[in-house]
Order: sequence, then C-alpha cells, then structure tokens
Amino acid sequence: MAAAVPQAGGQAPPASVVQRKSRTGYVLLFPGMAWLAVFFAIPLVTLFATSLQSPIEGRTGRYKPGLEIGNYASALSEYWPQFLRSFLYAGVATVLALAIAYPLAYFIAFRAGKWRSLMLVLVIAPSFASFLLRTYAWKTILADEGPITSTLNALHLLPDGRILNTWIAVIAGLTYNFLPFMILPLYAALEKIDPRLIEAASDLYASPQTAFRKVTWPLSMPGVVAGTLLTFIPAAGDYINAELLGSPKNRMIGNEIQTNFIEYRDYPTASALSFILMTIILVMVFTYIRRAGTEDLV
Amino acid sequence: MRWLRKNLIGIVAVLVLVYLFIPIAVIMALSFNNPKGKFNLSWNEFSLDAWTDLCGVPGVCSSFVTSIEIGLVATLGATLLGTMISFALVRYRFRGRSTTNLLIFLPMATPEVVMGASLLALFLNMRLPLGIVTVTVAHVMFIISFVVVTVKARLQGMDPRLEEAARDLYANPRAVFRYVTFPLVLPGILGAALLGFSLSFDDFIISYFNAGTLVTFPIFIWGAAQRGIPVQVNALASLVFLVALAIVLGGQFLGHRRRKALENPKPILVDTLSRS
Repeated sequence: MAAAVPQAGGQAPPASVVQRKSRTGYVLLFPGMAWLAVFFAIPLVTLFATSLQSPIEGRTGRYKPGLEIGNYASALSEYWPQFLRSFLYAGVATVLALAIAYPLAYFIAFRAGKWRSLMLVLVIAPSFASFLLRTYAWKTILADEGPITSTLNALHLLPDGRILNTWIAVIAGLTYNFLPFMILPLYAALEKIDPRLIEAASDLYASPQTAFRKVTWPLSMPGVVAGTLLTFIPAAGDYINAELLGSPKNRMIGNEIQTNFIEYRDYPTASALSFILMTIILVMVFTYIRRAGTEDLV
Repeated sequence: MRWLRKNLIGIVAVLVLVYLFIPIAVIMALSFNNPKGKFNLSWNEFSLDAWTDLCGVPGVCSSFVTSIEIGLVATLGATLLGTMISFALVRYRFRGRSTTNLLIFLPMATPEVVMGASLLALFLNMRLPLGIVTVTVAHVMFIISFVVVTVKARLQGMDPRLEEAARDLYANPRAVFRYVTFPLVLPGILGAALLGFSLSFDDFIISYFNAGTLVTFPIFIWGAAQRGIPVQVNALASLVFLVALAIVLGGQFLGHRRRKALENPKPILVDTLSRS
C-alpha cells in the first residue's frame, strides 16, 4: 500500500506502456490469486460460518454448524470494553506516531541531501530486530527504577507512580512499534512535492507556518492517510504490546480473540470477535479514505 | 537562537532516529549481560557467554533454524507468485481488475489476528494437522501483497523506451525480457524478497495461531517471555539485525555505483560512440 502508486481498478495505464491483451495475463495472474482466494478469502468465509456455530452438549471444543446470531450479541456485550480500549489505544498511538514521524519524514524528503537513502535505511533497520524483543526491551527502558520513570515521578506526572503495566506503556509500545509504517508513506508523499511550490508560497509573502498549512500539509495528505491506516490497523489488532507491557486491566481485543481461540477453544466467540473487529476496521478505512478524498491507495 | 530555529527540524529528525534505535541498543547491550536471576531485564555484569555458546539453551537454535527454513520457502513462493501478478497487472489487460486489486489490498488492511484466526478456522474445519506446512502456507499468503506492491512500483517506474530500444534493435521478445526487462526489475524483486523474508522471519501472530506444536523463533521468544528470555536470544537477534543491515547497506552501495555508472558512462564508451 505504498502511498500513491496510482492505477486503481479500471484506470488507464500510463500512455507509454503497451498493455497486451492475451491469455498470458491470466496465466500469470492465476496461481497467486488462487492462493489468495484459498488461503485468505475462503478462510474469512469459514470464520463467518464458525462464528454462527453452536456448541455440542457435553463436548467442550466441539461445535455444530448453526445460525447462532446470538453469538455476536453475547460477544459484544461481554467484550465491548476491550473493543473500545483497542480503538482508543490505537487512535492515540496513531496520532502520536504522526506527530513524531512528520518532522523526520519532512527532513528526509527536503533537507537530507546525500544522506537521504542512508536515513531511509535507518528508518527500516530497527524492524530487522525481532518485534517481540523490541517490545520486551521497553520493559527495561520503562522499568520502575529506570531513569524515565524516576524523572517523571519526581515531576509528579505519573498517575499510578509507574509506567510499566499501565496503559501508558501499552500506548508507548504501540507508538514505537508501528512508527516506520507512518514514516515511509509520509516520506513517499512529501518526496513527490515540488519544492518550488513551497518557494512560490513564500515568494507570495506566506509565512513559513502559512506555507506549511496551505501548501505542504494538503499536498502530503495521501501520505498522512496511508500512514495513519498502516499504523492504526495493526495497532488495533495487536495484542503483543498489551500482553508484554500492560496489566490484565489493559487487555485489548486481540488478547481476547487469541485466548478464546487457542486457550478456551471457544471458536464461535473468537470468530465473532474477529469478524466484528474486521468489519469495524473496514468500515472505518473506507469512510476515512472517502472523507480524506484519496481513492488511489492500492 | 537563530541557528536553533533554522536547524530545529534536523535536530528533531535525529532525535526520532535515536528513539527508533533505543530498544536495539538495549537488546544488544543485554546480549553481553550475565543476568541476576531468570529475567534478563537489567544490567548485572559483562559476559560473553551467550555469544560464545549461541545454542547453549535447548530450543533456541532449533527454533531459529525452523524460522529460517520457513522464511526461505515462503519468500521463494510469495516472490514468484507476487512477481507474476505484478507483471500481469502492469503489462496485461484482463477482466476483473478491480476484484484483483481488492484481493491484493485486503490482506494488508486486515489485522493479523483476524487472518490467523480465519486460517486456523479453515484448517480445523478441514481437519488438517497444524505444523510447518500450515505456517509456511500462511506466510506465503500474507507476503504476496507486499511483493506485488513493491515489484509493481518498480515495473511502473521503468523507462519504457529501454525496451523499445531493444525491440528496435531486433531483439525478440524473449531477448528483450532476458537482457532488458528482467535485469531492470531484478532490484525490485530482490527488495521484495528481502522484505518478505523479514516479514516471515519476524511473524508471531499468524504463526502462533497455525503452528500447533511447532516452535518458530518468535514463538520461542513468546514462550520464554513468561519465564525469562535466555541471553542467547538477544545475541541471535543482534546477529540477525547486523546481517540484515549489512545486506541492505551493501545493496544501497551497489545500486549507487550502478546508477553512477549509468549516469557517467566510462570514457572509453563515450569515445567509441563518438567515433562511430
């Protein structure tokens, strides 16, 4: 989902490239699309069917096909706080990530000069170290006796007197872990902006603030949209940060889906939760894309 | 003060980069630690034990090798399938383009936990045994989309005049592909493969759902997190980080040299051309 690679469905190809119409196209397409159909689309159908199953009496972990729409009602009434928490945490983390990522992406796009490609490598490099270990490392960084917690405590800024095992640590972890997904699309959009447009604004006596607000920011919108989606979606579904950095009070919906599926073997509830999560996210994604006016995301 | 205002954004940019590397520094530092107690969370004393005995804890190296095996097979499969799709999307006209685009976009917009759960639901319903095959199949599935996006961008960014020139010089379609198209797309394919491998090697959520009793490197770390992660895990992760960084920086360097060579052709070539 690189920021604005155009050519969404049905658009004309670039004039210079000859698009052939022959069977070869279908032959090239078939194996990969079949794989996605069998292992992505069909499983979603299975998931939906599973979410409607009802238990077989006396045999835990065994279910029979059914049309138990009540599974959804009971899943929602039991787990709505986790849903709310997931979207709240993911939302805050996304806004923080945008604020942190924008200056770096801006610098790489306009000021980095010959350091540009090295800085881009440095942005993705942390992802080469295990996601789980990087999250675990925040346990050390935010430890109760550590410098960050002591400093904030000395300033009386922490409501619970600690960071670890609170919502602050979970949001900090989410913000950190998905930051590259914010930086890269922002950079891709900023890099496409002709710097002369910004110069023109200042030639016309716009202050740097006005030039940013009226020229740079609107033109970087495709990157903002792509970046917020790429950060928000995985953050809302994540349960690693909540598990490693939070307390049981900070459990997100991903934790509940995992526990219900793997530990309780309550497949219908877990499937219903997954389906609700996916539906909410897709609805949010499409309304957001429409409101932001960027249709060419794929 | 004026200096600060002028360079503020640069300072912030560097601070953000430093922030990105803080956990990496912690992981590396703790790989030289001799932890007090089971949990390797705070500094105790310097030790090279983990580095001199990388496989010293049962399960670490076998899970590491499992993850590399899965990564290689899944990357090979996904790169092949994804590259074929990219060529079809950019070079061919076919019906059902918007459905195709949607099916490529959706896996990237779906939370991993949903993909993991839905695949597990499928495998359970089909009574398929969980293990290395189900995990590899799942990895190929979620990597394909990232390969398509990467390779497609490269194909679209290619100068069509290069292929036209080859055709004008009487190259047949096969020769055009072999000597012009493929070498030009190759960096994109290699980049996609590297991305795919790192996604597969680091995947926890989808793997955990579909692994059964199989233990990949991330699954090993997850299990160990409850009772203390062995120092060896930090050493291996640091090693992976350094190797990957070296590969990417090396690729950048080669790409840079290639571009330079294209921009400033060797004098001898210019010489020959100007004489002819």
